[in-house]
Parts: sequence; structure tokens; C-alpha cells
Amino acid sequence: MAYDAPADHPSLAACPACVAAPAAERLAALQRPETARLILSLPTAHCAACMSTVEGALKAHKGVQSARVNLTLKRVSVEAEATVTAAELARVLDAVGYEAHELDPGLLSMTETDRQGREILMRLGVAFFAMMNIMLLSVAVWSGAEAATRDMFHWISALIAIPTVAFVGQPFFKSAWAALRVGRLGMDVPISLALILASSISLYETIHSGEKAYFDAAVMLAFFLLLGRYLDHRSRALARSAAEELAALEVPRAIVLQDGQEILLPIAQVAKGDLVLVRPGGRMPVDGVVVAGTSEVDRGLLTGESLPAFAGPGLVVSAGEVNLTGPLTLRVTAAGRDSSLHRMADLVAVAESARNRYTTLAERAARIYAPLVHILSFSAFAFWLWKTGGDVRFAVNISAAVLIITCPCALGLAVPAVVTAASGKLFRKGVLIKNGTALERLAEVDVVVFDKTGTLTLGAPMPSNLDRVSDADKAVALALAKGSSHPLAMALACGISGIPALVTNLREVPGYGIKGQLNGQTVRLGRALWVGAAEVGQTATYLAIAGQDPVAFTFTDQIRPGAEAAIAGLTLQGKRIKLVSGDTEAAVRAFAARVGIADWVAGALTAEKAAIVRGLGDQGYKVLMVGDGLNDTAALAGAHVSISPAQALDAARVASDIVLLGRDLSAIADATRIAKQATKRMVENFQISAAYNVIAVPLALMGAATPLAAALAMSLSSITVSLNALRLR
Amino acid sequence: MQILTVLIPVSLFLGFIGLVAFVWAMRTRQFDDPEGDANRILTKDYDDKPAP
Repeated sequence: MAYDAPADHPSLAACPACVAAPAAERLAALQRPETARLILSLPTAHCAACMSTVEGALKAHKGVQSARVNLTLKRVSVEAEATVTAAELARVLDAVGYEAHELDPGLLSMTETDRQGREILMRLGVAFFAMMNIMLLSVAVWSGAEAATRDMFHWISALIAIPTVAFVGQPFFKSAWAALRVGRLGMDVPISLALILASSISLYETIHSGEKAYFDAAVMLAFFLLLGRYLDHRSRALARSAAEELAALEVPRAIVLQDGQEILLPIAQVAKGDLVLVRPGGRMPVDGVVVAGTSEVDRGLLTGESLPAFAGPGLVVSAGEVNLTGPLTLRVTAAGRDSSLHRMADLVAVAESARNRYTTLAERAARIYAPLVHILSFSAFAFWLWKTGGDVRFAVNISAAVLIITCPCALGLAVPAVVTAASGKLFRKGVLIKNGTALERLAEVDVVVFDKTGTLTLGAPMPSNLDRVSDADKAVALALAKGSSHPLAMALACGISGIPALVTNLREVPGYGIKGQLNGQTVRLGRALWVGAAEVGQTATYLAIAGQDPVAFTFTDQIRPGAEAAIAGLTLQGKRIKLVSGDTEAAVRAFAARVGIADWVAGALTAEKAAIVRGLGDQGYKVLMVGDGLNDTAALAGAHVSISPAQALDAARVASDIVLLGRDLSAIADATRIAKQATKRMVENFQISAAYNVIAVPLALMGAATPLAAALAMSLSSITVSLNALRLR
Repeated sequence: MQILTVLIPVSLFLGFIGLVAFVWAMRTRQFDDPEGDANRILTKDYDDKPAP
């Protein structure tokens, strides 16, 4: 059960560096030519036709021996000759209309959890078989079998039940023993006690031809509890495998220049002082100083600035920045574990340890419940021993009945059933719960802090003043923009419709812009200083035609789909919304007005963001942080609960509890609603279990609980809580 | 009542067959991709040699 085993999920989240280190070795293995098994993630596959299209396309590709889609995990595993690369297969799948990403097979260590899951499932199968057979025999006993017949039925039940309990109960016995050794009373202690006591008293009764035997109850108890444990294991394994998938998505490599040759190396093998080449569009793999080349860098993920910065020799760059226009050669100052990206992990680890101290509802319930059961059972034993004047057999019978009836069948199912239902529902909406307690924490949230760049916006610019620019200028700009792969140029090329002007001799000047010849005159599109224009104070590119005043094209960031819906939904749920961005004041003010957030902070650095979140926490608010960049990582880890989009930097994804798989943000409002509902269902389930106990416990204490009553109470309460869990909408 | 000596072993035996079938299905990884298997019977591709 989740309650007494919090040490059970250190998971991936603890520190990104731990994940990176073994990954490096696997990367080396990945590069070896004999690798024959490739795994690709297929997020869009959903039907029978998808499976046959994907498998058919892959099998038709040269060198592929077999391909099999796993629709449950949305992956395809391919057996292929060593010459086939994952990138090649991804292109093949792209051609037939399926988005595919390479996964690092080494990181997908499903085998261990797989084995555990199958072990529980096996015990569950055995328990079900035994329960059904004993139930069949018990029906005869309940309906009045007597004397020799009853004894025979009891004996057969004992023969089935005792080995079953011994085999099936092992997980409970083990964790009960572990709890007792450190002097704690977990939920598994009363469970184990009930199983052992019920089996042994029933065996004793059977030997002495007694009337009451609780074999059916003991086995049923084991079955229902195992079912709860299996559900719990499954939802955790699913979350873990999805989280592993996210981690496996990024295979970090760097192009190292050695003796004038370009060699692709895993990040872990890059050393301080190496020369690393970063192509346009690539992310800086290391911290370093630019030694050659000019370009522009996008620091959005690190600082939240939406404006690209100029990069030339001497500039210090950090891992995670994106190189935009020209190739850059870096002298490595820090790589791997020492790079700024990984130093952030320390901050995350500190904040995470605070979060792991969160006590779940189930733990709180178990804390009240476990001692209560023992006290009730022992006092019943003592009372009847005194009352009957030393009839140990009768007293033990009563205390076993009390243990069986109070045993947390429903309690053990109450939480796993709700969590399974809720996380399944959220997964279908593209919300992935990475952390076991995240759902409960999400339900408590009253303040939502958003990051701007990359979270509420897509980080993709959109031209904003095209209607104020003359058509002639637009035609020239379009012609120039088409020649560049800079994000602003690409946005312009998409945004301007019409026929481009006849510009010849197009030449891109990395880091500055693009120029060409129009009717014998030089025209330039690029940075303000380069074209000789005055800066306008927001994201913009400038067009200069010789002899004319330069024209500015301004850009706004594109709002992420569903951002407005998410904000409206959260406001409707009565949550306070705050925007904290590292961007300039003008950009943040304009954006806040556009999406309707009154409370905003601009120019916040990493530490300030974390401080704002911590400050809110100190005031007693439960903060939900939504962010994507490296500058949000500390705030994400420090918040009560955090969400990041799948496109976020991996450090941010590791630091957050919940990952949004789609591009759409509106799922956030759904997630908080469902989390709240799920917590309500959990509380209801505890109440239902308590209600059953309130009725059944006095009966058991008075000695009026028959094995039939125990069986009925147990199955009814289990079914009620399962049905209640399914009521989630 | 003599019939019980036949019926009880028979019922246990039948239940046991079910248990063995379940364990076998699990051992041969038939629960690995329930969604895919449910959809796979709907594919129209003719295959006289289904993939293992």
C-alpha cells in the first residue's frame, strides 16, 4: 500500500544528474553498430489501421526485420540491421503521417517494474481461484450444513486457504515485518495479524469440529487488498514509464572538433577545453565561450527573454540556449555535471526533499486507524476473557472477528481505485501525473503562478504591425525573409501574403540579418544597429532600403492554445492567478493585458521567481507553478505542486510533478477540477468504510458476527468504494 | 452425499484449469498490450503467419 512505503518512490524526479550518468554509458552502447533493437514513441497512434500502417511501412523499409506496435504504451519496437538508424525510421513514419520520436532503449527499464507487476498479478490470480472455491464450500456451510459434512467442508477449505494465505500474504507479511522492526504500526501490521489470526483460529476450530471458520474471510481479505495494491502499482508503473519516456526522448550529444574533424560524442565525454560546434537551430550542449562565428542566441528557456541576443566571439553562453542563425564554435568551460544546467539540480533536490514530507490522506487515515484496530481487538479479547472466566478459545474468536471486520479492505482499495480512475481520466486529456501525491496536492491549490515565455506563449513570434507597413516594403521584406531560417524571418515569411519583390544576391550575415540587391540598391533585413534603425523596445526586425527610412516589423509571441481557457477556468474555480516572467516590463504588461491577468511581475530572475513562490507559500497559500524554462526550475521545485509542458527543458520537466503532453493548456483547469473531485471521492470512500465499521464493529465486539456477516461486509464495502471511485467525471 | 466426493474434486479441478490458464497467459506476456490486442483483431491485413 502507498501509505507506509513513502520510501518506495525516489523515482526519476530526485535528481536529473543521477539519470544523466547511467544514460551516458547507455549512449555509448547506443552508438555501437551492433545495436539491433530500436524503440520509437508514437504519440498519435490510436487504432487498428494505425498499427497496420506503421508496421507495414516499417517492414517495407530496407534492413528492418520486424516491427511491432504496442498500442497501450504507444510505442513501436523494431528489430533491424545495425545500419538502420532511428532517425531514418522516424522519417519513414513521418511520411505515412505518424509523428515518431527516438527513445533511448536503455532508459526504458521496464523489466523490473514489469516483474513486480506480474508477481502481484500472479498472487491475485491464486487468491481469486482460492476465494471462489472456498466461497462455494462456504455457501453450503452458511445454508446449514452440519456435523460431518460441515467438518469436511471446513477441512477442504483449510487445505485450500492455508497455502493460499501463506503464498498470497507474503507482500503484507514482509512489509509488516519491516514496519515492526523499526517500531512503526503501518497498515500492513493489522492486515497481517488478521490474516494469520483468522487462518489459525479457523484451523483450530476445524480440528475441534467448531462451528465458525473464517477461511473465506481470510482469503477474500487477501484478494481485495492485493487488488488495491495491484491498482496502486499499475498507476505508479504507468506514470514511471511515461516519465522514463520523456527522459529517453532527449539523447544528448555534442559535435566536438578534434584535429579539424567533426565527431559526434555523448555529452558525458566532452571535457573542459574542447571545441564544440553548434549548428544553427541546435541547443548549446555545454557552457562555453564563443571562439568563432557570429549568430544570435535565444535565451528564452534560461531567462524568459523573448528577444534573441547577438552572439559573437568572446560571448559566454550557457547550456540550454538555442543557436539561431549561424554556426558557432565554443570553447567548453563546463560540461555535463558541472554545467549551469546541472547545477540547477542542486536547487531542485533541496526543494524536493521538502515536498516528499507531504503526508497523504491515506497516510493520515492509516495513522488514526492502525492503533485503533489493535486497541479494539485486544480490548475485545481482554473483555471476553474476563467475562467468560478464562475461555481463551472464545476470546480469540471474537478478537479475530473484530480484526477481520475492521480490516481495511475498503481503505486499501479506496485510494488506489480513485487514483487509477483519476489518472486514467487525466491521461486521456494529455495530463501525465508523475508523482504519487501530486493529485492530492493539486486539489489544495489556491494560487496559480504562470511563467510567460514558452508556457503561456509558444515561444514562436507572430508579426503584429503588418497592417501599418506599406505593400512595397512588405514585398521586399518577404523576399528577404524567405532566404533566412531565423525564427523572426520565418514568422515574417509566413505572415506576409503576396508576391515577393525581385531581390537578388541574397546573403545571410549570421548574427546580424540578411541582405540583397533590389534594382541595384542594397536592402537589408535584420538587427537595428546593423541596418541603422532606432530600436523600438520590443521584439522586432528592421528593414532598410537604401535612401529610405528604416521600417520596423514588430512581433508578439503567439499565445499557446487553450491559455485563455485555462486562465478563465482557473479564475472561475476561484484561484488567484499571477504572472511571473523574466521578460521586459513592456512585453509582460502587454501580454498580461491580452490574456487578462491583473497581477504580474516582470524581469524576475531564477532566484526571484523561487522567492516569490516561497513567499506565497509562507503566507499559507498552496501554489501551483506552471513553467517550462530553466529559470523556472527552482520555482517549480519549490511550489506546492508544479506543471510543465512536454516541450519544456528536461530539467524543468524533471522538477515538476505533472507534465502536459499536448500543446493545449486548457487541460490545467480540468486537472485541478478532477484533482479536487478525486480528493473528495477519497474522503467519501473513507467515510463509507468508516460507516461499515460503525455498524459491523459493535456486532463483532458483542460476538454476534458470523463468518457470513464478515464476508458480506467485506465484499459490499469493497464494491461500494470501487463504484464510488468510478463516479469521477 | 456420495456425489460430493466426485463433485468437489471436479469443481476444484475445473477451477485449477482456469488458474493454470491465467498463469500461462501471464507468462507468455499476453497482458502486455491489451489495447493493441483488442485492435489487432480488426486489422484487415491477411496474414497466414501472424507475428509472434
